[in-house]
Amino acid sequence: MGIFSKKKKKPLSEYSTGELILFRFRKNKLAMIGVAMFAFVTLFILIAPLIRPYSMVIKQDIANKLQGPSAEHIFGTDELGRDLLARILYGGRISLFCSLAIIGIAFVIGAIIGGTAGFFGGKVDTILMRVVDMLMSVPSALLAMAIITALGNGVWKLVLALSIGQIPRFARMVRSSVLTLRNMEYVEAAKCFGASSPRIILKHILPNGIGPIVVSATLTLGSVILSISSMGYLGLGVASPTPEWGTIISENKVNIQYYPYLGIIPGICIMLTVMSVNFIGDGLRDAFDPKSKN
Amino acid sequence: MPNETHKDDNLLEIKDLHVQYNTDDAVVYAVNGLNLSLKKGEKLGLVGETGAGKTTLALSILQLLPKKVGQIASGSIMYDGEELLGKPDSYMLGLRGRRISMIFQDPMTSLNPTKTVGEQVYEVLHLHFPNLSKEQKQEKVDRMLQLVGIPASRKGEYPHQFSGGMKQRIVIAMALIAEPELLLADEPTTALDVTIQAQILELMRRLKDEFNSAVVLITHDLGVVAEFCDNVSVIYAGRVVEHGTVEQIFASEEKHPYTAGLINCIPDLTRDEKRLKPIPGHMADPRHITTGCCFADRCPHCMEKCRTTPPAMHEKDGHLILCHLYDTTKEAE
Amino acid sequence: MSWLKYALKRLLMLIPVILSVTFILFVILSLAPGDVARLVLGQDATPEQVAQLNHEMGLDKPLLVRYVNYMIDALKLDFGTSWISGFEVLPEFAHRLPYTLLVSVLALLFATGIGIPLGIASAIKQYSLLDYGCTFVVMLLFSMPAFWLGTMCQILFCLTLHWLPVSGIRTWKCFILPPMILGANTLASMIRMSRTSMLDVIKMDYIRTARAKGASNHDVILHHAIRNSLIPVVTQIGISFAGTIGGAVVTENIFAIPGIGSMLINAVKGRDVPVVMGTVIFITIIVGVINLVVDLICAIVDPRIDLAS
Repeated sequence: MGIFSKKKKKPLSEYSTGELILFRFRKNKLAMIGVAMFAFVTLFILIAPLIRPYSMVIKQDIANKLQGPSAEHIFGTDELGRDLLARILYGGRISLFCSLAIIGIAFVIGAIIGGTAGFFGGKVDTILMRVVDMLMSVPSALLAMAIITALGNGVWKLVLALSIGQIPRFARMVRSSVLTLRNMEYVEAAKCFGASSPRIILKHILPNGIGPIVVSATLTLGSVILSISSMGYLGLGVASPTPEWGTIISENKVNIQYYPYLGIIPGICIMLTVMSVNFIGDGLRDAFDPKSKN
Repeated sequence: MPNETHKDDNLLEIKDLHVQYNTDDAVVYAVNGLNLSLKKGEKLGLVGETGAGKTTLALSILQLLPKKVGQIASGSIMYDGEELLGKPDSYMLGLRGRRISMIFQDPMTSLNPTKTVGEQVYEVLHLHFPNLSKEQKQEKVDRMLQLVGIPASRKGEYPHQFSGGMKQRIVIAMALIAEPELLLADEPTTALDVTIQAQILELMRRLKDEFNSAVVLITHDLGVVAEFCDNVSVIYAGRVVEHGTVEQIFASEEKHPYTAGLINCIPDLTRDEKRLKPIPGHMADPRHITTGCCFADRCPHCMEKCRTTPPAMHEKDGHLILCHLYDTTKEAE
Repeated sequence: MSWLKYALKRLLMLIPVILSVTFILFVILSLAPGDVARLVLGQDATPEQVAQLNHEMGLDKPLLVRYVNYMIDALKLDFGTSWISGFEVLPEFAHRLPYTLLVSVLALLFATGIGIPLGIASAIKQYSLLDYGCTFVVMLLFSMPAFWLGTMCQILFCLTLHWLPVSGIRTWKCFILPPMILGANTLASMIRMSRTSMLDVIKMDYIRTARAKGASNHDVILHHAIRNSLIPVVTQIGISFAGTIGGAVVTENIFAIPGIGSMLINAVKGRDVPVVMGTVIFITIIVGVINLVVDLICAIVDPRIDLAS
């Protein structure tokens, strides 16, 4: 519990905003469970090569097909005798890292568009926001499919297709943050004290505006993980034999009825990951804005 | 009510009331041993700073404290000879809006945005006068709206179509349409412009005379009290520290130091003063129970015993003061 | 009549949206690498045949010309023909739309019909067993991929227990499970939204006013709280609908429903540009109209919304 056990005697009012947010976040049990779950999943995905070599992902062993979980194959094998654990570990890399990449790309582009619109206002704002509104009027799943149609299958093409659908969300949020914060009283006050523009942005606008954006990015991450695996399930973007949590379920579809572990294990992996991300997101939201808590 | 005449003519009698809020972080002691009595038709002012427990008191009478958090710990609230504490909710339902009604502080938020103002006034009659026909009720609503200065033709409009002062008039119409015996007005003019304030007070005075309701006017504005009330109770940290007629409170030499401080806060245009005289310090932290006098920390006349012994109530011609300052006077007599 | 004016205005505003969406799609889809005519004719075609077909399809013209031609044809309700199966896009869409709409509307009814009462009930009985139960269900549904839930339910209820038909559209029983799967995510957001909204409303001053008037708990909830708490929920329904249509692709795939979704997925896989193009445009229009309807409902529920301004 680091810094807080040492500083316990300090009255609450002396903590900085950042410390308070961290403090509230740490007090939130579900959020801490989320962090633990997410760390667990990420750790296994990162050390995958230590557990299973990549060769096992595609190594077929028909003699040992559809073996239930055992000491040798902890998660069992699929109909081609491939080790399910290896496929899930390496599949998780695609599911998780692509989701992070999508959020990152959408955030950066969205922040540039929204920031420009909010900062300059006027015509620039109108034009940029029209474009954003237009992107928003197409359901994001359909937009992604249209892009896949044009580009074809491929992991990076999928990342690109899904990130475009998320740009409007971030653009709008960054813009409204910039707009409201620019006119906030404490920013006015800082200006009156003679603070410089970069200082105002760094010290006042950023810390206060970043909260809702971080929260939304985290919560969006959960739905993006679901989108990627849905696309994988439909056979768009990532195609067999490249493993991805959605494609794993899809390729085992016919065998799940008699070999339920083939469906249950990858399903639980997706659920645990998404749930942990959602817990963290909810915890962050309550930590940034304690009033929103019910 | 056959034995009404035999009853004590006190409409409301509160004895040793303790109310607390149990929040996640701490227990907040909002009302601490408060005594109060009110005669039929009386206009009583409750004066005190923000956080003194005035609104809590009013909500306690109606038993509308926030559920699970607000709790009446002990004491007694007698209304028209009946003990209200421990009464079932069904009894309170018949009381609220019919015999005791309440006006809240902020008219902007105290009306339902999705119901027409007519419906909202009508609802009181619908709840409490099932025997009246629909037409009779509608007619009463029209008359009441006109009485508070809202044209009856506007009853089909929604709250957002009215100004703040007009909304408060509608709230008053709602509070008085059942001709209650007691009206609890919680800072009814605080959220309004000064000119509108005067109109609303005038309206309340007129209607009070017409319906002969008793009024508890909760405010932090001594000017409003002087203008409107017969009697005044000064509340500090959940207790009545002084009670008397308006003359006694404003003119008497003997005063609670807190009352003296409050009066000093009013800018006096007849004297040549350069500065306001605020009361130093802040309200005692309601999360802790004080041992001695609750005002000791801020009192200019604070003595040794004020910090250790709670003061007793001293009475003179119905003028009550809760202060050690007058211990000696009484002993000398 | 102000709402009619408003509706007309909104419908007019859809036109530039559709024009620009079409343009963006045109740009995106023209990025498709490879030779379309070759794709259609197969590897054995001669270069002359390929050039001939390219000319017939107008693919040798510049992008802008093709866009204008497409829009002119579109005005004549001609959205082209499938490159792969040769069917006309609009009639095929119209033929498949009823199935998708049926499943989507049933999904929304399921989600709102169960989600809103549950959410309101769990707000009224906050911290009760019901409330914790709802929160748990919401948590699960939000982290569960629809295709997984669908596959598992299909295996359990259709293949193992034989309660419901596995797939297809032969009987009404085919329309029980798919809407539930499609609506699962919306159900979760309905529960969460109506719960939060109700909790916010209960804290409002006007609720206290209603209590002070002598209204019972029941009256307060029924006459004062519910309508106010529905305002943000109605907006959420509109947002959910777009997601529902997107989700229909997955549901129709699992349960082999011959709706728009299965047509779209085949078109995407076969890179059948006219079909993808038409489908996305039509769905954008449908979503736009649904959002208009939702806004009109919002104005009915919330008298503060002034459609005229």
